[in-house]
Amino acid sequence: MKPAPFAYAKARSLDEAIGLLATRSEARLLAGGQSLLASLNMRLSAPRILIDINGIAGLNTIVKTDGMLEIGALVRHAQAERSRDIAEHAPLIARALPHIAHPAIRNRGTIGGSIAFADPAAELPACLLALHGEIDVTGPKGKRTVKAEDFFKGLFETALGPQDVLTAIRVPAATAQSRVGFAEFAMRRGDYAMVGLAASARADGKGLADVRLAYFGVGATPLRAKQAEAALADSKVDAAIAALDNDLDPPDDIQATGAAKKHLAKVLLRRVARQHLETRG
Amino acid sequence: MSAQSCDISLTVNGEPISETVEARKSLVDFLREDLSLTGSHVGCEHGFCGACTVRVNGVIIRGCLTLAVACDGARVETIEGMSDAGEIADLQAAFEQRNALQCGFCTPGMLLTAQELLQQNKTPNREQIREYLSGNYCRCTGYQAIVDAVEAVAQLRNGGKR
Repeated sequence: MKPAPFAYAKARSLDEAIGLLATRSEARLLAGGQSLLASLNMRLSAPRILIDINGIAGLNTIVKTDGMLEIGALVRHAQAERSRDIAEHAPLIARALPHIAHPAIRNRGTIGGSIAFADPAAELPACLLALHGEIDVTGPKGKRTVKAEDFFKGLFETALGPQDVLTAIRVPAATAQSRVGFAEFAMRRGDYAMVGLAASARADGKGLADVRLAYFGVGATPLRAKQAEAALADSKVDAAIAALDNDLDPPDDIQATGAAKKHLAKVLLRRVARQHLETRG
Repeated sequence: MSAQSCDISLTVNGEPISETVEARKSLVDFLREDLSLTGSHVGCEHGFCGACTVRVNGVIIRGCLTLAVACDGARVETIEGMSDAGEIADLQAAFEQRNALQCGFCTPGMLLTAQELLQQNKTPNREQIREYLSGNYCRCTGYQAIVDAVEAVAQLRNGGKR
């Protein structure tokens, strides 16, 4: 299908984008457009104006500062995939990227767009949650930083206000003790996951500490499995898998029943636990 | 500073183009309807099938998930341009030779995607070929012959025999 008519404006600066958001009703920001334009083509949404932020300078850099890796909102998935900094300092994101859609989509889709769109079955929101990451937002009142825990509010709903622009995400840079794991089930390579798991932990002697298991495709937002995390920190993989019965209650969707998703979530946990035990590098 | 229609200037297959386009028009519709370049196909219109694949500023993209207005200043290449330039002549010959197409609807997208893979990875294995082509649906061939053709061209470009 074709989208309903809309107007188009190209913002040259962050201030201009925020100004346009403030003065125009039913406006949407256009970054890579790989989710937005699909939803417009299907007429799931019909904004009156798209504000193209692709021309705003300075939003496509990847920088390591103070033990954190900062990824600009306009960094394309393909750019991130090729980034040595991401491979070295954010190995969980590096592992997840090849699962995101297909090469032609990764050439255009942006990191910021994936986070802002907050599809419940998307990889990057779960990675951000697993990594205890944060999101930089600029709005009419200036800049603020939101923790991933507080960012994903509901189905396609985030802490972003109607006049906010997501400018960057930040994750703690991996250390020698960092352990990450990632796995998902999808009908076809690159499709949205039926169920997926992004995980991080810190090696602590022979065990693990700070275990964070972020599931996606099992609810309205990426979800932590906290009882399973506690069991895995004690190196009890079977107990962690059993704990998922309490942690997760996935609803049925078009891809699978809730029961099937829960089963798959358990299979993924065993795989990811194995990855966690691998040493880095 | 905003409008339902916008003027854009870009190059398409090396030729400078200036047109006024509706803001909501996708790049692939612009190419097909305004420029009569009908080699790029319109399939699902939401990014699943890959039939609309074109190259913008040197990388393949979904023509249905890219607005024409957003391509102001861009360098666009389509199957017509790449075919005329001879850039993918070996891929085209291999597809024909191995029956890697039947109806041909997916073929332009397959060729552009395969070309990008072979530019990035000179010796892809079959699994990597399948992975790179995962975003391009073919409903005729069952993919086997397509993977065969891409693999054969990789070998050929590396100095092997067909």
